Amino acid sequence: MNYADYIAWIPLLPLAGFVLLGLFGKRFFKQYSGIIGVFILLVSAALAFYTAYIYFFINGYEDGVYQKLIPIKYVWLQFYSGTSIDMGILLDPISVMMMVIVTFVSLMVHIFSLGYMKGEERFSTYYAFLSLFTFSMLGLVVASNIFQIYFFWELVGISSYLLIGFYYDRPSAVSAAKKAFIVTRFADLGFLIGIIILAFEGGTLDFNTLIHRLTDLQSPEYIAITTASFLGISVMTWALTLVFMGGAGKSAMFPLHIWLPDAMEGPTPVSALIHAATMVVAGVFLVARLFPVFSINGASLLIVTWVGSVSALFAAIIACTQTDIKRVLAYSTVSQIGYMIFALGVARYGGEAGAGYTASMFHLFTHAFFKSLLFLGAGAVIHIVHSNEMKDMGGLRKLIPVTHITFLIACLAIAGVPPFAGFFSKEEVLLAAYNSNKAVYGIALFTSGLTAFYMFRLYFSIFWRKEQEHETHGHKLSLSMKLPLIILAAGTLLVGFIPFGKFVSSDGRTLESPFHFEFSIAPVLFALAGISLATWIYKKESGRSQKLAAALGGFYRAAYKKFYMDEVYMFVTKKIIFNLVGKPAAWIDKYIVDGTMNGIAFSTAKVSGWIKGIQSGKVQNYALYFFVGIIVLSIVILYLWK
Amino acid sequence: MNLSLLLLVPLITLTALLFCKGLKQVRSISLFGSAVQFVLSFVLLYWYWKERASGNNAAFLFEENYVWYAPLHINYHIGVDGISVAMILLTSFVVLAGVLVSWKVETLSKEFFFLLLFLGVGAYGFFISLDLFTLFFFLELSVIPKYLLIGIWGSGKKEYSAMKLALMLMGGSGFVFIGLAGLFFNTNTVDGTHTFDILQIAQMHIPLEVQQIFFPFAFVGFGVFGALFPFHTWVPDGHSSAPTAASMFLAGISMKLGGYGCLRVATFLMPDAAQQYSWIIIILSCIAILYGAFATMMQTDLKYINAYSSVSHCGFVLLGIGILTKTAIAGAVMQMVSHGLMTALFFAAIGMIYDRTHTRQMAQLGGLLKVMPFISTVFVIVALCSLGLPGLSGFVAEVTIFMGSWERADAFYKVATIVACASIVVTAVYILRVVGKAIMGPLASKEFNLIKDAGWHEKLATGLLVVAIVAIGVAPFWLNNLIGPDADLIMKNISNGMVIK
Repeated sequence: MNYADYIAWIPLLPLAGFVLLGLFGKRFFKQYSGIIGVFILLVSAALAFYTAYIYFFINGYEDGVYQKLIPIKYVWLQFYSGTSIDMGILLDPISVMMMVIVTFVSLMVHIFSLGYMKGEERFSTYYAFLSLFTFSMLGLVVASNIFQIYFFWELVGISSYLLIGFYYDRPSAVSAAKKAFIVTRFADLGFLIGIIILAFEGGTLDFNTLIHRLTDLQSPEYIAITTASFLGISVMTWALTLVFMGGAGKSAMFPLHIWLPDAMEGPTPVSALIHAATMVVAGVFLVARLFPVFSINGASLLIVTWVGSVSALFAAIIACTQTDIKRVLAYSTVSQIGYMIFALGVARYGGEAGAGYTASMFHLFTHAFFKSLLFLGAGAVIHIVHSNEMKDMGGLRKLIPVTHITFLIACLAIAGVPPFAGFFSKEEVLLAAYNSNKAVYGIALFTSGLTAFYMFRLYFSIFWRKEQEHETHGHKLSLSMKLPLIILAAGTLLVGFIPFGKFVSSDGRTLESPFHFEFSIAPVLFALAGISLATWIYKKESGRSQKLAAALGGFYRAAYKKFYMDEVYMFVTKKIIFNLVGKPAAWIDKYIVDGTMNGIAFSTAKVSGWIKGIQSGKVQNYALYFFVGIIVLSIVILYLWK
Repeated sequence: MNLSLLLLVPLITLTALLFCKGLKQVRSISLFGSAVQFVLSFVLLYWYWKERASGNNAAFLFEENYVWYAPLHINYHIGVDGISVAMILLTSFVVLAGVLVSWKVETLSKEFFFLLLFLGVGAYGFFISLDLFTLFFFLELSVIPKYLLIGIWGSGKKEYSAMKLALMLMGGSGFVFIGLAGLFFNTNTVDGTHTFDILQIAQMHIPLEVQQIFFPFAFVGFGVFGALFPFHTWVPDGHSSAPTAASMFLAGISMKLGGYGCLRVATFLMPDAAQQYSWIIIILSCIAILYGAFATMMQTDLKYINAYSSVSHCGFVLLGIGILTKTAIAGAVMQMVSHGLMTALFFAAIGMIYDRTHTRQMAQLGGLLKVMPFISTVFVIVALCSLGLPGLSGFVAEVTIFMGSWERADAFYKVATIVACASIVVTAVYILRVVGKAIMGPLASKEFNLIKDAGWHEKLATGLLVVAIVAIGVAPFWLNNLIGPDADLIMKNISNGMVIK
């Protein structure tokens, strides 16, 4: 089969699912909506895997480079400056990889939700939204045009909004959904302006052409965009930084991360899909997509590096203090995405220097497995315990053994213990950082210790700590919930062995990344130290955790309060935007602008009130005016004639 | 195709209405009449495309020209280009939906439907006129019925609002008239007389001094209709007091008369002045966009929210016109169509909510999704369209305007674009605020449990508009191809003017 024959069906099938379930699900399909959703995704995922096989092993690799293929492209909106928004499908290693991740994780979540969302009143709507999200995310990753990315970027945003606010009668869910959308929208403003600058300077919106023009140091576009400057910074740096702002918002990077922990209000499988494995890595994907351009602009790469590493550390510290298990995982996601972002930041284009790029994509790939596994595991736990709080859990290891084992595998993977997937990808990330920026390497190393600590704090709090006190209540996990856990755990065990550099690299050539045994000693030691500390404190009920918290004092409280970032945002929005901008605008409109209009009307009425007395309709008055007029006129005439 | 049919069908419907008795007859006739008109506008689209496809490159198609009043050189001259076809389609959608939404108007139903359809006549006539006087005549036709619709069937402080709206629109018309008269007396035809004919004036070169004087009159005059800052204050009061169908018409079509007039009369006929004054237009429209959005954020009444957001969205229309690039003008027209459909739908949904809950205050609403899923879903869709969600019409129009305005090299235009872009964040804030409070959240009152969801006529009305919004949002190329060449024509006039200068 040619790509063009079938490839559009990969995103379009979920869209069809959305339309079908959205319009008719509630009335005709009811509980079968889930099966329909799963089936559609199954076909979509099968096509995506098939494409990956064909692309990577049959015809994608030509002349020593992975080709960028565009099997389908339509002009969607033509502008008169010569640019146009096209809708197309671009196949290159990262888009094919993302297609596989998105369809696979989405399929797992679809299956898991069969059990998790069973009996839910809006079951069909839930599957419709999941399909909408999957469609949008697939459209995003295959985008061949930078505006196509923005188009689907907003659509994944709204899918996320709808799913976070799925339990719409809970005020907390509604405000979390709103917050998620508005914070990312704010970031998207930067993205939009960045796109417009790039489009204007590059004279095109098409990715391949744009990248080609802006990386060719002799091209007029490159010279124009780098020589023009605004506030002393080149327009190129502005554009890329603004684009990255969009990416940072979607990927919940510091300081735009505040929406992600709140987004945990959504159903847990949704968190696994959107807020762990796929949508939140869109920012990483965006930078990777434009990486050739980023790589020749040192200033924007430096921003990328530091935003990534600060987020990695900052979120890991907060994750150590949170008590809501989903929030711990959310901060952990921020931290891990920080790894991917700074890995891109420390990379350069081509060859060995591009190792960070491969590492970033590898970590994105493995993270999708173990993080969605962690979230689905957490979902299973919440399903049994009916609470998100650690204090309501403990000793669950015998009650839900499958969840326990799979969760443990995922924890070991994220902590970076060999031979689980996270170990390999993290090792590559650290190596890339080590070769480029020692400070970042230090932060990353320390963060990996923290990661192991908070993950095992979570693990022991859920499955150990207390003796089992929960009754089974007939709460058994259905097969539909166990199956995805097992599949994902198997994935977590295996995907680390993929020689990733063979497939994905900054310049499309294969990159040999030999395993450095001596180099992996330090990260593993840090991980083991974190695990041991967590075991010592949390495995059994003891006062050690409180003592530790007390010893850290103010720092602990600040971390527990998420370093007061929410309060700062609250202050800015409520106090400054609403009170100092919104209220005055409304006031001015009512009293000054409208007041002037009303004033004109009022004074017209007043003046006519005075004048109308003259036209009284009484003959004697008119006669009086007449004679007075004559007298006045005669005086004037006599006076003038004299 | 005979364009006068577009006027004839509504006029016949109006005449038939005069002989109707009872609500049932009245609404069936109105529905039938507007449905015929709806089909007719699609027939027009079909013929228009066919003509264009067969290589007819005339600026205006299906022209008809009759002398109306010879001593003053007033002609009944009509014709359409892509822009007017788009506007006619918009009008027929909104009128049909308006009739369906008003299905249950029982007080003075005959008069109500008569006035509503009468408004339509004014709009259709306006969009096909190629003679300034005829155009002005149709513009005036559509003011007085609004006064009556609000004053009689309105709610709240309706007398005040009706008076305010009528006076401000009349004031706007006064300005327009001065502008048109000024143009008229400065035209010179071959035989040494004056003319109102748009096509002829476009060929002439009106002296720059004359343009400088009369452009502001024409632009501000039409601007009042199109909610030009600071002449927008009739919008919130007028909309909020008007009955649902009148609000739909007001925001959906009436405000577009202004935008269309600014484009077709002010900018097209006086290109040099448009060029000179463009910075003022841009500043005013940027203020409207951002300040309108901030003012919306503070509103608590659903209709006020949509009315203020209309000020913000119509700012995009004027911005697109002020920027004066081909892309921006195409964007302005798309925004007119998009906003027309969207805001009509928004008012329809708000009206349905008000009919059922008897309140429009956000604080008293909540959890409507539970009790009226259909209406709430429509509300959410239209809210997302307003917020500029891709896949719906608003996104297409805004993006086109942004792309068009960045084409201008000056830093001034770039700043204007950024200011306009910034509104997407504020829009998200107020839209999600109202959706979060009114549609989602816990149910505000137990009485809401008795509410019935939309009836067939309401489903049909909103369905029509939703389909149109989605059609533009998913496949904007057809609309773009329809209006693009004519935006080109307007731009040519402007660049010719610049060359002569």
